[in-house]
Amino acid sequence: MTVTVYVPRDSAAKSVGADEIAAAIAEDPRVRLIRNGSRGMLWLEPLVEVVTPEGRIGYGPVAPEDVEGLFAVGFLDGADHRLRLGPVDQLEWLASQTRVTFARVGVVDPLSTEDYVAHGGMAGLHKALSMTQEEVIAEVTESGLRGRGGAGFPTGIKWKTVLDAQSPLKFVCCNADEGDSGTFADRMLMEGDPFTLIEGMTIAAYAVGATEGYIYVRSEYPDAVSVLRQAIELAYARGWLGDDILGSGLTFDLAVRVGAGAYICGEETSMLESLEGKRGVIRAKPPIPALHGLFGKPTIVNNVLSLGSVPMILADGAKAFAAYGVGRSRGTQVFQLAGNIARGGIVETAFGVTLGDLVNHYGGGSRSGRPVRAVQVGGPLGAYLPVSQFDLPMDYEAFAAAGAMVGHGGVVVFDDTVDMAKQARFAMEFCAVESCGKCTPCRIGSVRGVEVIDKIIAGRNRSENLVLLDDLCDLMTDGSLCAMGGLTPMPVRSAVKHFPEDFNKLPTEGFSILEATQSLEAGR
Amino acid sequence: MALLQENVEEVVRGAVEAHRDDRGALLPILHDIQEKLGYIDATVVPILAKELNLSRADVHGVVTFYHDFRKNPAGATTVRICRAEACQSVGAERLTELVKSRLGVDFGQTTPDGGVTLEQVFCFGNCALGPAVQVGEKLYGRMDADRLAGVLEAGR
Ligand SMILES: Cc1cc2nc3c(=O)[nH]c(=O)nc-3n(C[C@H](O)[C@H](O)[C@H](O)COP(=O)(O)O)c2cc1C
Ligand code: SF4
Ligand code: FES
Repeated sequence: MTVTVYVPRDSAAKSVGADEIAAAIAEDPRVRLIRNGSRGMLWLEPLVEVVTPEGRIGYGPVAPEDVEGLFAVGFLDGADHRLRLGPVDQLEWLASQTRVTFARVGVVDPLSTEDYVAHGGMAGLHKALSMTQEEVIAEVTESGLRGRGGAGFPTGIKWKTVLDAQSPLKFVCCNADEGDSGTFADRMLMEGDPFTLIEGMTIAAYAVGATEGYIYVRSEYPDAVSVLRQAIELAYARGWLGDDILGSGLTFDLAVRVGAGAYICGEETSMLESLEGKRGVIRAKPPIPALHGLFGKPTIVNNVLSLGSVPMILADGAKAFAAYGVGRSRGTQVFQLAGNIARGGIVETAFGVTLGDLVNHYGGGSRSGRPVRAVQVGGPLGAYLPVSQFDLPMDYEAFAAAGAMVGHGGVVVFDDTVDMAKQARFAMEFCAVESCGKCTPCRIGSVRGVEVIDKIIAGRNRSENLVLLDDLCDLMTDGSLCAMGGLTPMPVRSAVKHFPEDFNKLPTEGFSILEATQSLEAGR
Repeated sequence: MALLQENVEEVVRGAVEAHRDDRGALLPILHDIQEKLGYIDATVVPILAKELNLSRADVHGVVTFYHDFRKNPAGATTVRICRAEACQSVGAERLTELVKSRLGVDFGQTTPDGGVTLEQVFCFGNCALGPAVQVGEKLYGRMDADRLAGVLEAGR
């Protein structure tokens, strides 16, 4: 008798020992081991699942020294054990979510084309190929899908622009740079269900008449790169890529490109420069990439999750997707709970869930057990919010109105030991390190920002320096070409606004003004 | 470690050849070269510029723009600590201080015995299980200074 056991190959699961667990379990001759993606309950990783007549029974988090005991109690039959969680898809954390884009992640073998098809894969592409290009784009437009990469631009409108552009050569580029702290959904989709992205890109290519595509993946994601490359090879072998895809006459070639450690290459024009083999310096818009993109050709640039949502939109229809959400934020969003949080991971649910629900209900509060004090939403350029704002619904417009942004859906939790002046300083430091260097307010302003905040922390001319910081933020907002310099003031200002007391502490005891000055000089 | 000029030329030509058909292939070529040589030696730039019909300034500009490309050889093991916000919230800065003082080096430096190169990274996408640290090729979650010392010791 063979028993199917799942142990994730997701890099987060591997970072806490999944490879070692998998190797130990695979030694038993009765086991048929599958390396799935992660279900997204990252605090339970490594999460081992055993297929039983009752369904997939979970055990986790499993440590290497637990494996012997699991075999001893007979976990291959789903036996009871201290780590037994019961049928995984009935766990409240998972069952209460609406998994659309992540429907297959953690469920299937990421590199099995059979598994993919058996779980509804390729239905979207088949559907698309039976429609005209305009009809496909109309479907995407009606679904209300907005770019998941942060800016929230309607995907259908972007595609229409590329379709209408006249050119014998067009590209589809997937932005898989995902540099924001607290975001990992792109990575998990690529590692856990790569064919969904490939199918979404193929649908996009058909819709706009593109023949070539690139997935630009950051170098910090070696596992995603490797899974994608294998998946692309398998897709070619099955006629899902290349010439005459599924016998439709469609040609689409797809390749992975690896970045080289530059946050700014997540910005779309900078990513295009990088794909062209240049420094990742921002291009001024217009012209927009849809008209003048990669190598000057009309190009779709979309985030992993935007493209990864497309197969389901085509397969199930625009209305099914649009039925989820609030206002102009339609569909589901893949929220990522990170930082100092008890139950970190992926929560895919309709827009409109409150921030507090995410942090407290799903996340279970802080990991340290101390009170939650601040939450940064939307990456390093997103605002820091206090607990008093936990009623905010996750919705692009509601967040914008509150001086914050949903961005890529990352939620980073801090407990009450956080020093918000230091976090504000870090925002400026990050901008200084990662600025592309094209404009002065960003390149120099961020360096000055660090210095001014250092003076404030050290207690030198505090009120004047706070005014100066405000002025600097104005300048960066107004004078920067892109959101790197333009949005760095958001975390800085939100920290000053919501946590003013942290900017007004006495310099640490024993830390004299003289020392502060010296450390400032040294840091120069 | 001095590189033989013939080696460098051979590696550069090989990398260029491997990406002959790629569009805008400079980044993949540089990744290949760094994988083979361990870093981008200063002598790579003129050879590559000539091969690709680019100016030296173009190639130099690209090499220096991206954080991944090293100008010097790294130590036997590279330790890369995530310093981004989610990892900060669970003590990455404290971990960094401890590691720096134990190794006696700052970010971007290699220990005098050539054993360890320390680097900062902003996010590995392991933000729910921080602090995240990469040792060599392997990523570790929920890292602390003692465990890291153990990992390094085991790797010796
Ligand atoms: C500094 C900066 C970094 C960005 N990083 C990313 C990123 O890592 N991934 C991403 O998809 N979009 C990123 N974006 C947004 C992209 O420029 C672009 O809006 C997006 O890729 C478009 O795809 P979408 O419409 O599907 O979201 C970034 C933007 C800025 C200004
Ligand atoms: S704001 Fe900063 S990152 Fe953006 S274009 Fe200007 S210098 Fe470059
Ligand atoms: S913030 Fe450290 S891994 Fe993402």
